[in-house]
Amino acid sequence: MCIMVARSRLPSKFDGESPSVGRCNREEPMPKLTIDGKEIEVAPGSTVLQACEEAGAEIPRFCYHERLSIAGNCRMCLVEMERSPKPIASCAMPAGDGMVIHTNTPQVKKAREGVLEFLLINHPLDCPICDQGGECDLQDETMAYGRGKNRFDENKRAVTEKNMGPLVKTIMTRCIHCTRCIRFSEEVAGTTELGAIYRGENMQITTFLEQAMESELQGNVIDLCPVGALTSKPYAFNARPWELAKTESIDVMDAVGSNIRIDTRGRQVMRILPRNHDDVNEEWISDKTRFAYDGLLKSRLDRPYVKKDGTLVEASWVEAFAAINTGLAGLDGTQIAGLVGDLNELEGMYAFRELLKGLGATRIEARQSGAAYDVSNRASYLFNSGIAGIEEADFCLLVGTNPRHEATIVNARILKSTRHRGLKVSNIGPAHDLTYPVEQAGDDAAILADILAGKHSLADRLQAAKRPMIIVGEGALARQDGAHILKAVHDIAETFGLITEDWNGFNVLPTAASRVGALDLGLVAPGGVRGILDDAKAGTVKAAFLLGVDEIDSSALQDCFTVYIGSHGDHGVRHADVVLPAAAYTEKSGLYINMEGRVQMGERANFPPGDAREDWTIFRALSDVLGKTLPFDSFDALRAALYKELPHLMDIDSLPKAAWGDFGEPGDIARGPIALPIHDFYQTNPIARASDTMAECSALKRSKGEATGTHG
Amino acid sequence: MLKDQDRIFTNIYGFQSWGIDAAMKRGDWDGTKDILAKGQDWIIDQMKESGLRGRGGAGFPTGVKWSFMPKESKDGRPSYLVINADESEPGTCKDREIMRHDPQKLVEGALIAGYAMRAKAAYIYVRGEFYLEAERLNAAVAQAYEKGFLGKNACGSGYDFDVYVHRGAGAYICGEETALIESLEGKKGQPRLKPPFPANVGVFGCPTTVNNVESIAVAPTILRRGASWFAGLGRPNNTGTKIFCISGHVNTPCNVEEEMGIPLRELIEKHAGGVRGGWDNLLAVIPGGSSVPLLPKSICDDVLMDFDSLKEVKSGLGTAAVIVMDKTTDIVKAIARLSYFYKHESCGQCTPCREGTGWMWRVMERLAVGQAEKEEIDMLLDVTKQVEGHTICALGDAAAWPIQGLIRHFRPEIERRIDVYHGRQIEAAE
Repeated sequence: MCIMVARSRLPSKFDGESPSVGRCNREEPMPKLTIDGKEIEVAPGSTVLQACEEAGAEIPRFCYHERLSIAGNCRMCLVEMERSPKPIASCAMPAGDGMVIHTNTPQVKKAREGVLEFLLINHPLDCPICDQGGECDLQDETMAYGRGKNRFDENKRAVTEKNMGPLVKTIMTRCIHCTRCIRFSEEVAGTTELGAIYRGENMQITTFLEQAMESELQGNVIDLCPVGALTSKPYAFNARPWELAKTESIDVMDAVGSNIRIDTRGRQVMRILPRNHDDVNEEWISDKTRFAYDGLLKSRLDRPYVKKDGTLVEASWVEAFAAINTGLAGLDGTQIAGLVGDLNELEGMYAFRELLKGLGATRIEARQSGAAYDVSNRASYLFNSGIAGIEEADFCLLVGTNPRHEATIVNARILKSTRHRGLKVSNIGPAHDLTYPVEQAGDDAAILADILAGKHSLADRLQAAKRPMIIVGEGALARQDGAHILKAVHDIAETFGLITEDWNGFNVLPTAASRVGALDLGLVAPGGVRGILDDAKAGTVKAAFLLGVDEIDSSALQDCFTVYIGSHGDHGVRHADVVLPAAAYTEKSGLYINMEGRVQMGERANFPPGDAREDWTIFRALSDVLGKTLPFDSFDALRAALYKELPHLMDIDSLPKAAWGDFGEPGDIARGPIALPIHDFYQTNPIARASDTMAECSALKRSKGEATGTHG
Repeated sequence: MLKDQDRIFTNIYGFQSWGIDAAMKRGDWDGTKDILAKGQDWIIDQMKESGLRGRGGAGFPTGVKWSFMPKESKDGRPSYLVINADESEPGTCKDREIMRHDPQKLVEGALIAGYAMRAKAAYIYVRGEFYLEAERLNAAVAQAYEKGFLGKNACGSGYDFDVYVHRGAGAYICGEETALIESLEGKKGQPRLKPPFPANVGVFGCPTTVNNVESIAVAPTILRRGASWFAGLGRPNNTGTKIFCISGHVNTPCNVEEEMGIPLRELIEKHAGGVRGGWDNLLAVIPGGSSVPLLPKSICDDVLMDFDSLKEVKSGLGTAAVIVMDKTTDIVKAIARLSYFYKHESCGQCTPCREGTGWMWRVMERLAVGQAEKEEIDMLLDVTKQVEGHTICALGDAAAWPIQGLIRHFRPEIERRIDVYHGRQIEAAE
């Protein structure tokens, strides 16, 4: 781990240009340093700063960030090195054998005080109105190294604000030019949208030509900014960090399962921040994860509704349950179907399944996107290499996926691997700007058959690679011949050595947070969603339960008795006869399984609005009314039942190794393009669609697609 | 005084043609093939023996610098020679004259130095403002190619070597070797962190040596005439000849090649026609370009012009750009102007220089008119110490030293101005 981080910390300007520099060789001896009189051995390739940290000496820093390249420009981390006439910047100095470092001498203190004074002379004293106040590195370091009085008698510098779009607010007068944001945009987001113009004290950070940033990861610059120069626009002047309750939870905007911290004040989610998880999201989250929270306040279902005379009218829970009882009267199990949406936790889905099973329903389906997942083998629907495993691969073939939109964090990991590990990427499917070089093989699913027959150049690429990986998207699997594609990729994986003792290069990229969990629960029905909707149209399915299902064409359910259970008044309620208000993801605890098959636990951060309830309590109460009482009275009892059925859920946060086997259906693959599942990154679920922030981002993106007066 | 036969730059004033034929008559490209045939190690040894110290300002031994380059490429990376012709230090104009009037010395030096360090090519990075000089240099390089001195089998030595002339865009910081490398790569000119040093990771990620124009241009003559000849000139550890650029309040400002260690007074009086109004009218001299501390007349009387002598008096030889100021000079304003220059040329990358240069300049401007308190002199000195030695490159030091020199030698003058200013304020109030 230490070695890995050390690599990523090396200056990017040398990457790819010099194979010898920056690569630490594991066989190199560990350098031994003396830090404040304490001898310590560190991993080869470490910097003096890392060594100091390991020795327990705290080093102040602004520009240094362990996931970015080294800039060495803030000069705050100066330490004294024996035999060096000048203090050295510890973040940039490689640890060498025999170095003697002092971090707490008067000379070091004076040097740091000097640097801090320089940072402060042109920094406005507007902490009381600064959103960074209370969590500001500059404030903290000033407590330690501040001079206490001002010697600067000149006018302070003022810098004009920059437009960076609807997410990042700028107060550039506060900027201390650490360049973290520039390095992030270049190295992690891969979009190179930020840069510094002018020089000397006039240097300014800006987007080129003052355009709004386009990266789906841009919100992370807010976290990276050590001062209040870049802050969150939606959160501006809304709260102070010390008045927020902090809850550690899991994100549901995509199948990555990013680790997040939900900051709430009272009942309201004020902001969402990333938590560090080296194997999942490192410390980044996508903008949808970070900024869609205002959707939790809009279009909410806060009381039950029952359809009367063609319109939904407010009702009590008792009335709603009675209406369901009436609606189901006389129906047998084969006429009842259940559909599960994209954002659900396992407990809710389990209770839903048990309720419907109690009613005798046989068709419960969770593959909302229509992808031909095969639940007979767990390896067939997981991202088997693991997200961190992308860094071990040397060749990656994308099949019908745009990871930048379907799993932004995974895309960032691929970019990182292309930059630092020489990963090469090819793509079958529509061409997209994925922020790294991609060799476009063509938008034709039948190329897979050609590869299998050895007739395509990609066959040689896969053969030659030491650790090849394939990522299949739901776009490919949702085609009519999705099951054939699954089989073809399975066979390619076996033929070209993607499956070995310690490597599984077969990866599926689901788009929804609930997908893997639902498949683990076996929520698939023959014919899939399409079959259920067709049967509803034909009249053989007479009642449908929708658990947060908003991405289907619900007009097929017009003549069917439909119960919608969910948090938002979105597409799913359009033809519903009964609407039951449920909690959104921040309002309930629950287990989620991410694309890798990693089980993670989310915690409740706030309470659902009005009469809305947590999903499992709704099904438990409804089961009583319907006379099919579910056998659990508490959340713990529910979890115990769930654990009994799926013991692997108890293994929180470990990367599973799914056994390989046969899956998919042999068959022809039709020539033709692959349609991708996500057309608008910012509008993929009911929460995002209810969010004003996401709407603004979406509108901006659309307007950029249109030609303007300056185009040719 | 340097004898005419010991002069290296025989056409520094442009009395003869700069063209390659005239240059060859003056001795350039004479026996270059034989020099190369003696091998890389011999060349580097000779350079070390000659005692040549880098002419760009820092004075690092050139031969030693060349020896840092890898003897063979272990990973396939080629080596490069980069010649720093971004001569922007105020007061300095020696490289300009070499490029104008004696460019073949530089081109021949590039081949020999490049060969000695096993470089594939040399890049000459010319200051943006030197438009005509770059044109001249391009023409000179073309002439050398025409004669077969460069390119495939350069000079018949069997060694392939190319020389490229690259123009900068006019930023002082691009004279710093790693900023120059960044700029040469097409990036914003900002110094890199060291380590890694350019000899390991330089231009395009390959081993690189960056040398000053003068250091390279003297190399062929040293090798032709022998290291001992060069080492015999000047003083131990400060050997050879050097082009001095004398400007300011002298009667005949000039560039002149002289022996290292010549007394400052002799240099000014022999070559620059003396100080305007006589030696006693001298106020101070900046002996090595704008970045070194000035010397008051008392020191100028008998100081020798070489690296070690000037270091002893807390100044430096720098680029040997002698800026002479007589008693009509507003010395505080003069140094304030230099502070403005450094504030303007700071790249803005690292904190002490970015913030410190502006602060120092503003205080200097106030001191120039006396609009300050006397405590601020010590505060300013403290600020210069906070900048010095805490930056990525030496620009921070260069901005701090002139002010330190001023306060060291002219504190009474600064205090007098403060008194006068305050006196006037009191008068106005009454």
